[in-house]
Amino acid sequence: MLRYTVSRILLVIPTLIGVAILVFFMLRVVPGDVVEVKLRGDGGNVSQETIEQERRRLGLDKPLLAQFGDWMVGVATLDLGTSMWTDRPVIEEIGLRLELSLQVAIMATIVAVLIALPLGTLAALFRDTWIDYVVRLLSIGGLAIPSFWFGMLIMLTLLQLFGWLPPITFTPLYVDPMANLAQLVWPALAVGYRYAAVVARMIRSSLLEVMSEDYIRTARAKGVFEKLVVSRHALRNALLPTITVIGLEFAFLIGGLVVTEQVFNLNGIGKLFVQSVSRNDFTLIQGMVMLIALFYVLVNLAVDLLYAALDPRIRYR
Amino acid sequence: MRRIITAVAAVAALAAAGPAEAQSPKRGGTLTFAISAETPHYDCHGSDTYATLHFSAPFYSTLLRFDLDKYPEVAGDLAQSWTVAPDLLTYSFKLHQGVLFHDGQPLTSADVKATYERLRAPPTGVVSTRKATFSDIDTIETPDAQTVVFKMKGVNAAMLEHFASPWNCIYSAKVLAADPNAPKTKVMGTGPFVFGEHVKGSHVTGTRNDKYFRQGLPYLDGFKGVFMLQAAAMLNALQGGQVAGEFRGIAPAERDRLVQAMGDKLRIEESSWTLNLLIAFNTEKKPFDDPRVRRALSMAIDRWGGSQGLSRISTMRAVGGVIRPGSPYATPEAELVKLPGFSKDIRASRAEAKRLLAEAGVPNLSFTLHNRNLAMPYTPAGVFLVDQWRQIGVTVDHKQYDTAPYLAGMSSGNFDVAIDFSNLFMDEPSLGLAKFVSFTRAPENRSRANDAELDALFDRQVRELDRGKRIELIKAFEKRLFEQSYQVPLLWWHRIVPTHKTLMGWKMSPSHNLGQDLAEVWLNQ
Repeated sequence: MLRYTVSRILLVIPTLIGVAILVFFMLRVVPGDVVEVKLRGDGGNVSQETIEQERRRLGLDKPLLAQFGDWMVGVATLDLGTSMWTDRPVIEEIGLRLELSLQVAIMATIVAVLIALPLGTLAALFRDTWIDYVVRLLSIGGLAIPSFWFGMLIMLTLLQLFGWLPPITFTPLYVDPMANLAQLVWPALAVGYRYAAVVARMIRSSLLEVMSEDYIRTARAKGVFEKLVVSRHALRNALLPTITVIGLEFAFLIGGLVVTEQVFNLNGIGKLFVQSVSRNDFTLIQGMVMLIALFYVLVNLAVDLLYAALDPRIRYR
Repeated sequence: MRRIITAVAAVAALAAAGPAEAQSPKRGGTLTFAISAETPHYDCHGSDTYATLHFSAPFYSTLLRFDLDKYPEVAGDLAQSWTVAPDLLTYSFKLHQGVLFHDGQPLTSADVKATYERLRAPPTGVVSTRKATFSDIDTIETPDAQTVVFKMKGVNAAMLEHFASPWNCIYSAKVLAADPNAPKTKVMGTGPFVFGEHVKGSHVTGTRNDKYFRQGLPYLDGFKGVFMLQAAAMLNALQGGQVAGEFRGIAPAERDRLVQAMGDKLRIEESSWTLNLLIAFNTEKKPFDDPRVRRALSMAIDRWGGSQGLSRISTMRAVGGVIRPGSPYATPEAELVKLPGFSKDIRASRAEAKRLLAEAGVPNLSFTLHNRNLAMPYTPAGVFLVDQWRQIGVTVDHKQYDTAPYLAGMSSGNFDVAIDFSNLFMDEPSLGLAKFVSFTRAPENRSRANDAELDALFDRQVRELDRGKRIELIKAFEKRLFEQSYQVPLLWWHRIVPTHKTLMGWKMSPSHNLGQDLAEVWLNQ
């Protein structure tokens, strides 16, 4: 198990280097100039001399390989540079929003698992009964309704029924847990519903597949209680593909909630990502792509380790 | 619908009557308001967006300011008194005693001088979008710590109003000497509020400046400006009482929703707006270097009909020339309709437009329309124009961009035809017409055209002190401009500002750039 874990961790490094090379050079191919957008984006008269001076200050006058080298040295020392737009450290810009995005992702995952696990299991166990139909209807609804639209419905319902809305600025959990939860529980619900729909359908189909396996029939033939058959033998195996889906959805939520963030006026990574792309803020985009790639890699690593924990065949292979 | 209109009228009338305004201001409380855009930096001198002013104005003072009770009259801000020489070539200002910057340093005439030197001749690396405005200043003298004297190169009929521009935040000479670009990232003013924090992407806060030089002000303990880029989120927050107002302006449909939902808790104030949309043709690109093509495209637009429809769904409303309709220097409707592009006989105009395009050899013209991706009013304006030009056989690819790339695209000339805007803070013609003089003089002229005749007319009207003669010069300017159609107005905006009834002391004006220092705002709670 240790050897497996170490080998998986070591694989993270070349993956991130590959991502760094791709993102750096692909961004340079994209048309647009951050300096022009930054200095002329106010509509003012800016001399070419001023533009060149700013370009030199940002290091954009250096050869591409030299720029890449500088950036990679920074990445290796956990210094992602400064935003070309705001002149603030990229880590600071991301850090300001990461706490909120991470918390929404975690809360949405909790909501999704809490809803999907029992519903998906029930739907599989009571296949083609009214329970199954209700769960399927709810999950199709979850897939069909965009999270941002569900979020708007939540906001309007709160406003019309209670004349109340969640706070509009972020308070960290450790500062005021009530204010924090009052703001973030609603986007977590809006996103968690769609997320739960995906996971519930996955649990149902996996469980149905597993329940028809020979070892389940054998367990039943041996007289094992049905509860144990489901919880110990069936569900454990059915969770393997489900964990992959949960992991990928979680990583997506870190930077993928652009519209939902706007509906709830959240200052998250998604909004920052869109802003930085529209401004050609290379260093910030690079930093965020690296962060999201890191999340995907770490989540995949965690999923792989969970696979190994759940399935001894993977552990001993 | 009738119910909504009646409610709006009632609320607007109540607001106008302002019985509550007669109450004595109460001290205390924190105002939370929405800002529908986030400033890219804090420097008033290098910005042309309200996002910077709604953020920065509470922290700064200006030499003069507009008196919104008597708009467009000016009043003193840092200047306690001032004199203007009879030949209009010398302006002397006496500053208030005991004004302190937020770091405790006293304000002197040296700070005013350093500020205006930066505005008129910014050092390399510093952007001043007001460089051309103050090019008439010859020298700035500081005979003593409280006196500053501006000597002019020539007469400028609107110089006093320019000194009242909200963009001329007074900076500390010491701060500028250390780093001329410091105001972009650091806030250090003498305004009614002291900078608290700016959480990027979220909000800005300010606390009361207890040493503010205007006695008894500000009333508020502090403020919090929350960036709310999505209109629906802002309207929800307003309705839910999380923000007490939004000071730029909302669309008629948004107003109706709020009025219906909030009834007498809401105050709606409306005004015509010193803001209009323009259509800029890039004269450096073919076929827009041909005046026949530009004029044809302008003539194909049914401004009068468009005004009827667009005013119901957007912030656009009035048809006008380059000066705000209804203001003293505006061309009356009877004369406006005689100018190319402003006729009420749209059928005849379009027939002429088609003829001009055929004559110019581009009967099936196609091009890209460069537009901003702000829903209100840029998107409906773009959709409207595409449809208008379709009716004379022109095919348009409508592309919308975020604010910064949109402005950068126009500044660098990387477009065919663009929807531009003219964001003014007063009706003074020298300000309104400045955007249309030659590109070599006014880089904000998006058409990039150079026209000596327009320049000469502009210069003559700036120096002209006889009001009647000045109006004639402005009319001549408009005639030449619309015949050449380098840049043409689309429609002027209509400002609708929603505030909670608890918010008091804020003053409505035709410009969203004015009255944002919040010094006299108080909460009736």
